Amino acid sequence: VAEHDPDDTGATVELVLADLRAQLPAADPADLRAQLPGLEADRRLTDWGRSERIERALDRTVYDFLYHYWFRVEVEGVENVPSEGGALLIANRAGTIPSDGAMIAKAVGTKHRHPRPVHLISGSNLKRAPGVGMLLTKAGLVSPHPANLHRLLFDEQALALAFPEGPVAARKPLRERYRLRRFAGASLIESAIRAQVPIVPVAVLGAEESQPALGRLGRLRRLARLPALPGPPLPAKFRIRFLEPARTADLGERAWEDRKFVQTLTEDLRALIQENVLELVANRRSVWFG
Amino acid sequence: MPAASRILIVGLSSPWGGALAQVLERDAEIDAIVGVDTLDPRHELQRTEFVRVDVEQARLRRIINAAGIDAVVATRPDQAREIVAACTEPTVRKLVFASSALYYGCDADDPAFFTEELARTRPPGSARERELLDAERRIDEFATRNPDRAVTVLRFADAVGTAVREPLQSLLSLPVIPTILGFDPRCQVIHEDDAVGVLAHATRNELRGIYNAAADGVLALSEAASLLGKPALPVLPPWGTIAAAVQLRRLGFRIPVELLRQLRFGRGMDNRRLKATGYQYRYTTREAIVKLRVHQRLRPLLRSGDAGYRYEREVEEFLRWSPSVQSAPNRSGDHGGDGAERPAYDDLNPDELIELISSLDIDALRRLRSYELSHRARTTVLEALDRNLARMNAE
Repeated sequence: VAEHDPDDTGATVELVLADLRAQLPAADPADLRAQLPGLEADRRLTDWGRSERIERALDRTVYDFLYHYWFRVEVEGVENVPSEGGALLIANRAGTIPSDGAMIAKAVGTKHRHPRPVHLISGSNLKRAPGVGMLLTKAGLVSPHPANLHRLLFDEQALALAFPEGPVAARKPLRERYRLRRFAGASLIESAIRAQVPIVPVAVLGAEESQPALGRLGRLRRLARLPALPGPPLPAKFRIRFLEPARTADLGERAWEDRKFVQTLTEDLRALIQENVLELVANRRSVWFG
Repeated sequence: MPAASRILIVGLSSPWGGALAQVLERDAEIDAIVGVDTLDPRHELQRTEFVRVDVEQARLRRIINAAGIDAVVATRPDQAREIVAACTEPTVRKLVFASSALYYGCDADDPAFFTEELARTRPPGSARERELLDAERRIDEFATRNPDRAVTVLRFADAVGTAVREPLQSLLSLPVIPTILGFDPRCQVIHEDDAVGVLAHATRNELRGIYNAAADGVLALSEAASLLGKPALPVLPPWGTIAAAVQLRRLGFRIPVELLRQLRFGRGMDNRRLKATGYQYRYTTREAIVKLRVHQRLRPLLRSGDAGYRYEREVEEFLRWSPSVQSAPNRSGDHGGDGAERPAYDDLNPDELIELISSLDIDALRRLRSYELSHRARTTVLEALDRNLARMNAE
């Protein structure tokens, strides 16, 4: 079986995104945010299907262990995450199991002055898998449909975290680590501009060594329909740097329709994260001890 | 545009058609209500005229012309072609079409909340879905070609309630709720009262375009099951689900293909556009499910009340046209007035009964109390009723 060309996949992703973009709901003159239903008191799940209980259980056990003892996360600039209102956080690379996503969410949840829940945005074929898909939804994973992003960022004014390199990045070989792929998720940036919420770039160090893609097992990977095979996360030292947010509030209501502008901003953000990641790499002495 | 006052309901014998007619009858501003269907209406109606015909263009045109109909409410997607053709008559200024969430389908890549502009992720997989999409396309064409007519499309979520015979409701009515192993789909419903309320709202007001009609809140199926007090059992395997469903059919329970997909991926809808037009839902999804539980528990008690109404043409015509009729017939909602036979209720032992009482609403409590008082007047039951009434009054 021939190896799948990553660029080809990128193009497919772009096509799908273009399709989705065409389906984006038109801006409604009346502000529908007032009509958003509240959560009834005795509900165990949110309307998204997210379960406080499962999330808290994961947080207290797995995430806590990973955060403090396994990855020994260090955080910089967490104050760049706004205390209120929606914001889109974008970071480099998601592993197959997005442990880096959980670590970033935990950093905001523990280090921030106003700890807030972070909604993890990730498109994954795992959603179709029995058991796993159900758990991912309950743990708070949201698929990257533009309508979902708009609802989170604009209507609910929530924090969303996405990995715009897309699923392709999860299987870049170890020697290409910390070289950011072209952002497949231009629609992520577009959604943030449309919702007029700030975009917070996040540079993560350590994640790309903690879960190296096991390239040789391509056939097995395809059999399991995964972007990459999940290996056990290695105890690399994590350093998370939240960068100065890009404000989009005064760009106007129609800025998101300007493709060129969106692409320029996307490229700028990618360059910014790349620069910071390289700086972090340059300043560390050891992969494992930081 | 003045409000519609002469209304044609296509599909009067469907649960919503009949209930809508009942609601509209109470509205003094509405001069005429005509209903067509092939079956007898199941709702007792006072002034609605029932015409038993096959829905067919030429006949509909004649009825519309003769009655000067200005608004058409259609509840059947399979008849869209005939309805749309008949609506080109000059008197018709409004068309309300009841579509359903089947339009959106269910898929893993779906957005969590469908808004009206979004299309389905996958092409339709069943005849029912194709038919619905085709109907909506016809309605949409009609709307663009006739900008002077107000066309409303309502996409209803799965309905629950006493009169509903829909797949999801039948699934929720089983003693054990079958699920697909490893899936806990999100589901959103609409209570039957709200479904009728939304139809009446769309008939009275001018809403142009498409509106989702679904209650606030999206539950997971497991949540719904526990609200109903029933176990959810993963009897369907994640692979070969259809084959397993065929086996279930042999056991007497039929799960349509659309419902199988829904049991896998679930669906949520954004209902805010309709709320912004001023419609207020009476029940959230959770409340609708709780209401369904009450209904499911009380059904054995009230079964005798169900056989209340049967359409008989001679009687209906007599009531409407005979000069001897002095006043409108008494059409009260509860058929179980005093003196009605309720063997199931009277046979119930007090302990069982007291269990059920806590899930009744205040009206039902009062009715039950007066019934109990005039029949067996068991002190334990009366005391329990009084306790619950006192609690309700305190709240």
